[in-house]
Amino acid sequence: MDMPATSAARHLNRVDAINWNRLQDDKDLDVWNRLTGNFWLPEKIPLSNDIPAWNTLTEKEQQLTIRVFTGLTLLDTIQGTVGAPALIEDAVTAHEEAVITNISFMESVHARSYSSIFSTLCTTRDVDDAYRWSEENPFLQKKAELILERYRAEDPLMRKVASTFLESFLFYSGFYLPMYWSSRAKLTNTADLIRLIIRDEAIHGYYIGYKFQRQLAKLPAERQEEVKIYAYELLHELYDNEVKYTESLYDDVGFTEDVKKFLHYNANKALMNLGFEALFPASVTDVSPAILAALSPGSDENHDFFSGSGSSYVIGKTVSTEDDDWAF
Amino acid sequence: MAGLVYFSTKSGNTRRFVEKLGLPANRIPLNRSDPPLQVEEPYILVVPTYGDGDPRSAVPAPVIRFLNDEHNRSLIRGVIAGGNTNFGESFGLAGRVVAQKCQVPLLYRFELMGTVEDVHRVVAGVTEFWKRSA
Repeated sequence: MDMPATSAARHLNRVDAINWNRLQDDKDLDVWNRLTGNFWLPEKIPLSNDIPAWNTLTEKEQQLTIRVFTGLTLLDTIQGTVGAPALIEDAVTAHEEAVITNISFMESVHARSYSSIFSTLCTTRDVDDAYRWSEENPFLQKKAELILERYRAEDPLMRKVASTFLESFLFYSGFYLPMYWSSRAKLTNTADLIRLIIRDEAIHGYYIGYKFQRQLAKLPAERQEEVKIYAYELLHELYDNEVKYTESLYDDVGFTEDVKKFLHYNANKALMNLGFEALFPASVTDVSPAILAALSPGSDENHDFFSGSGSSYVIGKTVSTEDDDWAF
Repeated sequence: MAGLVYFSTKSGNTRRFVEKLGLPANRIPLNRSDPPLQVEEPYILVVPTYGDGDPRSAVPAPVIRFLNDEHNRSLIRGVIAGGNTNFGESFGLAGRVVAQKCQVPLLYRFELMGTVEDVHRVVAGVTEFWKRSA
């Protein structure tokens, strides 16, 4: 029986050479191509152009920014060194393993990036202070622990649930701040780097969520229902803690309420990545348009043609459509 | 009433969204080996966005094959696009590409498998759209 669930050491018995020309799941190749096509390093972003903007931030704003990035660094470190390796143990095909090695490495690139931001913008003392803060902030530590607990328990389904929540939900209390600065035309290069991370996390969450759904679908309905309940329970637990973490960071600058909306919005997307219905109604996911525009330019424009108020639907000027045009 | 035509890969986000709409819908087949879909009535296309932000790779290949059929293309009336705002400017890009190519409006964008609110808005909107164009 080749249940990957319990055989963390299966590679010690045997490894077969990977053959990318024989796929069990063509999604693996699609995602591999997508991820490798998106490869980037922080060195390509001219972070030093943000030094003048950094100097316009108050001391408190600078401290908040460093703390936020330290918190993100911790999550990326967990994902790169514990989360993704745990998923490799659970992988059902060689191609899935290969995709996750990419995810694992990119998480380390993300973690590395925050240090690039620090060394460009901040003093060593301020950064050291923030690392100390991150070790002592109970909510940050609890969020790490809630995830690590699931990674340690050798249940491949709950590992994927935890992983998807980390990738698609837990980062966003942190991502909010660089999107906010960007909407104020501050730290725009840093925001460009964060957008690359946000793009990567979307693919990671999508892929791990997809593998979760494939595995879940093979189980009896009763067990599926049980896993679904566990998943929602974990989300609630993470959410309650995330609200406290958000308050501990943002109460002083008055952003807490809008950050919470961003949390709701992204919690919904994390659930959808797992194939579950969104939890938070639209009345509490209405993130301020400036943040959405910083995340996805144009997304604040109304594309709801039906409502009759669409501002940005435009039919392009006539282009004669040759079949060749489509044969990309 | 005319219907929807949609495409969805194995991940099934778009399929789930369309199922939640509960409107008549035809699926564009996933594999080249499946018999191609031929439509006989006006339709709205529901399409997920693929690729790396390059407009040339945003529309899934099976949808391109479907629209390369001139008869199919002549019956499209609008497009609804799936996507994810995490992809920044290319959120729902496939919808914009199809709208431009086929000279039809981009009616709506939704993320992943869509929320309850998306479903309400699209059901009401599509129903009204067909009434108006009847």
